[in-house]
Amino acid sequence: MSMNTFDDDVKTVPAAKTAVNGSHIPVPKGVKLPIYMDNHATSPLDPRVLEAMMPYLTGVFGNAASRNHSFGWEAEAAVEKAREQVAKLIGATAKEIIFTSGATESNNLALKGIAEMYRERGNHIITQVTEHKAVLDTCKRLEKSGYRVTYLPVKADGLVDLDDLKRAFDEKTILVSIMFANNEIGVVQPVAEIGKLCRERGVLFHTDGVQAAGKIPIDVNAMNIDVLSLSGHKLYGPKGVGALYVRRRNPRVQISEQINGGGHERGMRSGTLNVPGIVGLGKACEIAREEMAAEGARLRKLRDKLKAKFESSLDYVHVNGSMEHRLPNNLNMSFVYVEGESLLMGINDVAVSSGSACTSATLEPSYVLKALGLGDDVAHSSIRFGLGRFNSEAEVDYVADKVIDIVQKLRELSPLYEMVKEGIDISKIEWQAH
Amino acid sequence: MAYSDKVIDHYNNPRNVGQLDKASEAVGTGLVGAPECGDVMRLQIRVNPETQVIEEAKFKTFGCGSAIASSSLATEWVKGKTVSEAMEIKNTDIVKELSLPPVKIHCSVLAEDAIRAAIGDWKKKNAVGETAAVAAK
Repeated sequence: MSMNTFDDDVKTVPAAKTAVNGSHIPVPKGVKLPIYMDNHATSPLDPRVLEAMMPYLTGVFGNAASRNHSFGWEAEAAVEKAREQVAKLIGATAKEIIFTSGATESNNLALKGIAEMYRERGNHIITQVTEHKAVLDTCKRLEKSGYRVTYLPVKADGLVDLDDLKRAFDEKTILVSIMFANNEIGVVQPVAEIGKLCRERGVLFHTDGVQAAGKIPIDVNAMNIDVLSLSGHKLYGPKGVGALYVRRRNPRVQISEQINGGGHERGMRSGTLNVPGIVGLGKACEIAREEMAAEGARLRKLRDKLKAKFESSLDYVHVNGSMEHRLPNNLNMSFVYVEGESLLMGINDVAVSSGSACTSATLEPSYVLKALGLGDDVAHSSIRFGLGRFNSEAEVDYVADKVIDIVQKLRELSPLYEMVKEGIDISKIEWQAH
Repeated sequence: MAYSDKVIDHYNNPRNVGQLDKASEAVGTGLVGAPECGDVMRLQIRVNPETQVIEEAKFKTFGCGSAIASSSLATEWVKGKTVSEAMEIKNTDIVKELSLPPVKIHCSVLAEDAIRAAIGDWKKKNAVGETAAVAAK
């Protein structure tokens, strides 16, 4: 699927002729195609963030580590302001924020840095199966270096079972890494309860907060979070910048650095600071904190409208993951008996994602959906809608109507839908896997 | 994923969508693939008993755009061919015609399987052995 751009020169969608793409869903006034509704992948830069960054991309170019002149001082002041802004979003103090290149680096630094630093205390790490690859692959790497990793399963609603977690601790456990909110299905883990269990046992708790930060309230103290990763481009900030919160008190968390150099970021992450990016991340966090309540309520309403439209117009649709414990902007839905990639092809003026195998080179459907216990056939039929700050109600209406239209057309083409409608139990057919 | 114009055309205007009477002596049905693999094709042919020419072909497919296009193309190609001529259709011909990328070659394989399965079903119904089919050629 081609990714959509935000340029004014809107891509012309080929004139639809018949059958599948013969949809003539009217485009509401004020809606410009293509529509971006894939905000878990990345989010557009908020113009206010760009405005804050501009001086640091133009005249103010100093190195924040230059101590001897005003160029450096100005850059340093901007970075320290951003550090405050990021800290405030999650209830931390500025000194607890380390700037990185993004959440993949933050997750690597957290897991490898803690594993190395606490090696003498133990070698056991607990995580769970629906983590982002930045956590799972880092854990795999640590396993090769002699660490033991427990991958907790999730329940059908996508949440970890706290009893499973309790049972997983042993005397060698040094770290628990469980994400705040999932990037595919948007479910929010019981982070405060997990934090409490870890604190009671003296085990450090890291959470990948990429999808949650700026979307739902985070309080690292109330939730007993010791280390938290976040990223700029998921909350309307720039790409290429992220942060790692590292607790300094009760307990003081130590991290072994993974990049050596000039000793920046109190030795935990060397490298000249990305001043414009950091300024952008700070501003994005400030806006997110101020607007979170109103924005969350607005997106929840739009998301629920989208869901209600699908459920009232189509049969055999269902939501993947808990609706109760979920980000307000996420909807992950399976349109059973329609393959996800063919659906994306029909809604080519709407940017969303599919959990179908066919969208990846591996031909494996989403491991997150499989972890919920969904059959591969249902996983192949899933679409992730990621609503964002710049989506309007008219866009939601258009997307709903378009998806419904294409699903209906593809079901006319689907032998499975026909069989089910004729009362045939397709699970009883001996299919030849290929 | 960039689709070729031909894939897009078959997706937008699928040929010969539908169902033939499975119970008919003249109809052969091929149902291949598996829902958990993300591809299921049903291809049906109606064969003239005198000439062994495939006079009608219908399909329905659950799968990606390339799978839909491969099966739509397959129905076009088998129509008007004798059964033995249709057996000659290779998945590589479909790959070439639709400019399928390597990751989509399995869609063409499935379409070839669907043709063969439909013909096999018809042969079974009509007790046509391999020799008879060759003789008819």
